[in-house]
Amino acid sequence: MAAALEILAAIPYDQILIQTVNGIVTGMILALVASGLTLIFGIMDVVNFAHGELFMLGAYVGVVVLAATGSFWLALAVATLVVALLGAALQIVTLRPLLGRDPLTTILATFGISLVLQNYALWQFGPVARKIEEPITGGFPLFYLEYPWYRLVIAGLSAVIIGAFWLFLKYGTWGIWIRATTQDRVMAQAMGIPVPWVHTAVFAIGAGMAAASGVLFGPLVGVNHAMGLDWVLKAFIVVVVGGMGNLGGSIAAAIFISLLESYASIWVSPAQAVIVSFVVLILTLLIRPTGLFVPTPK
Amino acid sequence: MKKRSRKAYWIGFGIVVALLAVAPLVLPEFWRRFLTEILIWGLLAMSSDLLIGYTGMISFGHSAFFGLGMYGAAAALLTVSPPNLWLAVGCGLVGAAGVALFVAYFSTRLRDIYFAITTLIFSQIFYVVIFTWTDVTGGENGLTFRRPALSIPWIYSTPFTNETLHWFVLAVVTASYLILRRITQSPFGMVLQSIRENEGRTRAIGYPVERYKVVAVMLSGVFAGLAGVLYAIQNRFAAPDFVYFLVSGETVIFNVMGGIGTLVGPIVGAGFFLLLREAFSRFFTEYYLIPVGIIFIAMVIFMPRGLLGFGRSWLNR
Repeated sequence: MAAALEILAAIPYDQILIQTVNGIVTGMILALVASGLTLIFGIMDVVNFAHGELFMLGAYVGVVVLAATGSFWLALAVATLVVALLGAALQIVTLRPLLGRDPLTTILATFGISLVLQNYALWQFGPVARKIEEPITGGFPLFYLEYPWYRLVIAGLSAVIIGAFWLFLKYGTWGIWIRATTQDRVMAQAMGIPVPWVHTAVFAIGAGMAAASGVLFGPLVGVNHAMGLDWVLKAFIVVVVGGMGNLGGSIAAAIFISLLESYASIWVSPAQAVIVSFVVLILTLLIRPTGLFVPTPK
Repeated sequence: MKKRSRKAYWIGFGIVVALLAVAPLVLPEFWRRFLTEILIWGLLAMSSDLLIGYTGMISFGHSAFFGLGMYGAAAALLTVSPPNLWLAVGCGLVGAAGVALFVAYFSTRLRDIYFAITTLIFSQIFYVVIFTWTDVTGGENGLTFRRPALSIPWIYSTPFTNETLHWFVLAVVTASYLILRRITQSPFGMVLQSIRENEGRTRAIGYPVERYKVVAVMLSGVFAGLAGVLYAIQNRFAAPDFVYFLVSGETVIFNVMGGIGTLVGPIVGAGFFLLLREAFSRFFTEYYLIPVGIIFIAMVIFMPRGLLGFGRSWLNR
């Protein structure tokens, strides 16, 4: 009894609450990255290795536009658009010729793209991390911390973007075409849907979402050329844990994994906390290889 | 006809090995070292060809096997004095085999893209462990050690010179090539190729596909570990950079450039990649991956069978 009380008293409740908020904030950003990735996979059978680099380029475009205009929100919009266009161009040049070939070749092609983009960023912007200024300063007291409002804004904005995207998929003409292509590519083509352009659009939307999350996340950490890899790895884990091609599952998995990592970082260093998400992945593969957050397949 | 082309194959094989053996005597120091490195990276790429080319599983985690071979050798060389070559080889192989068993057990449950992602994430796990476990692995700085002597146990022992090191590497790589070639042509290798062609049908015939895949990953991992041991002996250090996923990515690039499913193709691919890197780093310094990456993408699109793809059936004779 006394021992149990001691353990209860030893739990750092304040830290746990702070880490819960942190976990949800990073979880929302991760969900934004992963939903683009899972969309691209679900529709095009393409595992986009370059997704992290699109995230990183988004952040860099954000840095450049912010320096030129001083407006964070303009930077967010421009970065999203520019990277979406870049994504469309990349899809047309490299992925369209691979349509109908073994899906594994797309891994190779996107891996090549990621190498080129990463080294291009290193060449163009140098190895020193850049900083994006927070558009909203100030915070509110949370225990011993002054918790920045901006973090909550990020979480909210991510939720808004994902929600808008969901509505687009549900009601927009192109959204309906995208869903039709997912269900049956050949039939969609027969009904007159421009399938190759749907693929391009999907890749562009995914790229734009990655770029938006890059700009939003930029103020929390420095922007550097290697930041993409961490995110693409995490997003891969999220996508596998949430079930490939499953939007809702990815969002749930993103928040779940980020929360676990945040809690783990109370006791171990953040570099080691990453192992928690690896363990979640292994357990998922052992118990439910189809994903934790999907209905049991019949 | 068949007998004659087989004879031609072995004559060609003999000529290439002889040329590689003579090379260190005539090449200047820089290019000799370059050639030794090509052979080592080629062995790594060849080991992953067993999975990519013959079993149809793209592994993005070969850096873990390579790195564990390296750190296994490092452990043996640092703890036992005087450093013993064969103990290093043994420890490296055991380390790589252990990791390969662990990775194979989990990742072979999955196919295609999922396999690729899982192997990638496993290699990152080992990277994080090695990077953060500073007391044992030296963390970011890695480990440095002395090079062991070239020895035949209880009979003969002499320090490595540049030439004998090259010949040692060449002997190991040639032996590995012959073993891997034998494996791919054995009934076991035929089952692997039938898994590549049609996994469902292979299972329906009654082969325990999962068990075959686990053994394939382990074999591949052991040879990758051997490459790691050679690299450790050549460069006298082990660093976490070699466990990083970029090495796995380069391994896949070697395979695709040289031609998968040929075993020698990956070695040629490694040579081609390292030459490209050498050539482009003159102009682009550390950004050589921009042009090399573009060439790689173009090869994936326009030349999916790689440099030696045209000779695939001939080389597998």
